[in-house]
Amino acid sequence: MIDLILEVLSWISILSGLFFMIVGTIGVVRMPDVYTRLHAAGMTDTMGAGLLLLGMCFQAGLTLVLVRLILIYVFLLFTSPISTHALASAALSGGVKPYTVPADRAREFNSLNGGQHS
Amino acid sequence: MLRALGLGAILFIFWLLLSGHYTDTLLIGLGLGSCGLVVGLAMRMDLVDHEGVPLQLGGRFWVYFPWLMKEIFIANVNVARVILNPKLPISPVVTHFRASQESDLGKTIYANSITLTPGTITTSIQGQDLEIHALTLKDIDGREEDQMNHRVSWVESGSRGNL
Repeated sequence: MIDLILEVLSWISILSGLFFMIVGTIGVVRMPDVYTRLHAAGMTDTMGAGLLLLGMCFQAGLTLVLVRLILIYVFLLFTSPISTHALASAALSGGVKPYTVPADRAREFNSLNGGQHS
Repeated sequence: MLRALGLGAILFIFWLLLSGHYTDTLLIGLGLGSCGLVVGLAMRMDLVDHEGVPLQLGGRFWVYFPWLMKEIFIANVNVARVILNPKLPISPVVTHFRASQESDLGKTIYANSITLTPGTITTSIQGQDLEIHALTLKDIDGREEDQMNHRVSWVESGSRGNL
């Protein structure tokens, strides 16, 4: 019974991890410039990889593999913001101008998003 | 000295967990030796201080961490909705936040937390001033970042003691 529950949880995690990976990849393609693409790429690092590893944790059970999977995620959490920051900072000092939309369209988009607090 | 011992203990636990050798005396001895070597090198490089081995953060970081994971999840869902929206409703802005943390370590935790939540990236830090690139205007309505700022300051203030 518990095996079944773990299996289901594991599949839910892995599939939703894959979903975030795919959405992040679509985002990298759709976004207009380097900074906005970094936002999309950040999704695959945090949620995508995180949920995939969580799914693998359910598969691993209480073994050393579990500890190693958690450590992989911890290192990912330390390194991914640094690489994102390095890329953004390099682009800025290289003179890449951030893409912006006109203020009125930005407001329209903002209300489109529901405007509620995230 | 306490910090060096703490670093050694953490490194050895790390070594044990990654290697999975608990019985072979020779291998454990070699593991201990390499941990000692690393601690020695770190001390010679002057890395064993409040930044290199932030043991002073202690328990408070583990209170902050689940909250950060929750924020990361919410932000991910929001960015996913923006990406999947056919109109791609982005309104990227570069803005500035004030960090209330005193130490470089606190500011680093705050800046990295901002970068970890999709939708906002810290592009530079000067003094207390953080430069943020945000994907939508909604991402920087202030409330979330204010709360994060307070929480990181709270984590940092647990470290006033001189360990």
